[in-house]
Amino acid sequence: MKVLILLVFSVVAMAQTAPSIDARLAALDTAVKSAQSAGDNAWMLTSAALVLMMTGPGLALFYGGLVRRKNVLGTMMHSFILMAVITALWAIVGYSLAFAEGSPVIGDLRYAFLRGVGISPNPDYAATIPHQTYMVYQLMFAIITPALISGAFAERMKFSAMLLFTVLWALLVYFPMAHMVWGKGGLLSASLGGKIPCYDFAGGTVVHITSGVSALICALYLGKRVGYPHEQMKPHSVVLSVIGACLLWVGWFGFNAGSALAASGLATSAFVATHFGAAAAALGWMFAEWLRTGKPSVLGAISGCVAGLVAITPASGFVQPFPALLIGFLAGIVCYLMATLVKHKFGYDDSLDAFGVHGAGGTLGAILTGVFATSVINDSFKDSAGKTLALGWVDGNAGQVLNQVIGTAIAWGLAIVGTLIILKICDAVIGVRAERDAEIEGLDLSMHGEEGYFFET
Amino acid sequence: MKKIEAIIQPFKLDPVKEALKAIGIDGMTITEVRGHGRQKGHKEVYRGQEYNVDLLPKMKVELVVADARLDEVLRALTSAARTGKIGDGKVFVYDVAEAIRIRNDDRGETAL
Repeated sequence: MKVLILLVFSVVAMAQTAPSIDARLAALDTAVKSAQSAGDNAWMLTSAALVLMMTGPGLALFYGGLVRRKNVLGTMMHSFILMAVITALWAIVGYSLAFAEGSPVIGDLRYAFLRGVGISPNPDYAATIPHQTYMVYQLMFAIITPALISGAFAERMKFSAMLLFTVLWALLVYFPMAHMVWGKGGLLSASLGGKIPCYDFAGGTVVHITSGVSALICALYLGKRVGYPHEQMKPHSVVLSVIGACLLWVGWFGFNAGSALAASGLATSAFVATHFGAAAAALGWMFAEWLRTGKPSVLGAISGCVAGLVAITPASGFVQPFPALLIGFLAGIVCYLMATLVKHKFGYDDSLDAFGVHGAGGTLGAILTGVFATSVINDSFKDSAGKTLALGWVDGNAGQVLNQVIGTAIAWGLAIVGTLIILKICDAVIGVRAERDAEIEGLDLSMHGEEGYFFET
Repeated sequence: MKKIEAIIQPFKLDPVKEALKAIGIDGMTITEVRGHGRQKGHKEVYRGQEYNVDLLPKMKVELVVADARLDEVLRALTSAARTGKIGDGKVFVYDVAEAIRIRNDDRGETAL
């Protein structure tokens, strides 16, 4: 009897709900999408904040500690003020030039003044998060890249010239490079129809090669600091640099794992690769230095960590944990040799080793990405038949290494030519180098009218 | 009256203060200074760039004592500041022409 009642009841219930099953499925679908969007958006907003933290206070402290006491504020200001300058530029034309569809080299102006960049997702880039989240996340990358260059002209560039330089540099070098690699239809785009697909998960070419190579050009163009290398120019506070490097390490999780653009398994593998790369590079630099000079310096260990983070940036999201360790370890050793042996041999004054760390580490990482990228980690690239593509050499696609070299060469070329032109313009309009007296007095007082430390009060 | 000017290792400041206090000397002036005598500095390396740091941090202790107490004070001071290693510092002794306590115009040894 009980069974019969139950049976009748369910038949009645089915009869009642049958017409609304489609509607319920649609509602379920919406709920699932909204749950995924909530998870992804939470992670992406967190990542955006982490990447901003890399510039301020991360890079500001890292660089600020490495300069002499009289230049600490000027150096921190280079990082800090870019958080404001690039943001304004990004809103006006930057985002559009980098990410709007246009030519293979640069975007058009459809998103100028962020027109049409709203809450609904842009499925070309990230289908589950608001377009504005993607926009503001990418902005944080545009901020840190020119800030990295400031390590090469620290302690001797006029503040006004530095402002003009970075605005022009963003327009002529960063926005085109970001468009080529990540923009829809960009020349080097791996997922959105590029002619020469080049794998760069989080900005090895776009961020680190462009900034590192431009840094070398700046160091050569501006010339040495007054007194270099005879006078004492040792870091005024390695303590600040240690704090800065640790903040960079943490912030880099947003930089690389965030580049998955979702709270996905891919984000996890990028997170793991990033962490392994940083750890191995700290050891690589430390042991190399220990062997050569007899002492494992703290500055060496933290510089190695940053070098490893740079090198793993393009590879994170493509490589397994053990290749990540290897890439990091190599980066630690190579960048140590670049920042010490090579720099002294050629005699250029890259004050804070922006080239030795970001240029060299970025180049190494970009090329090794072509070797170690594997579809085991990243299966989002399909051919026209929907089959997962082999990515790097370890997948049997040795030709990818050549594509990576081409992408690297384009980044180098654009950085060299763009930076030279911009420096010439700035020199003609304002003059790039601080007056000799201003430089000797220190940029804190001569440019900003302040001192970083004033213990008497 | 004699003025004692002692350049000592920074970590020996507290032992010296204690030793002087133990024999009833309360007044002194301390300055953080840098310098070197026969002790040459050390080498520091930052990203492969070597720096010779030859001016090392020291403490300068200055005090003025009555002639009669000079030997006793010097003994206390030097034995407290001594490690026996190079870099322990030096003591110089000067004649003092006059001492004045600003508060009440005391003169000479009563002003000490």
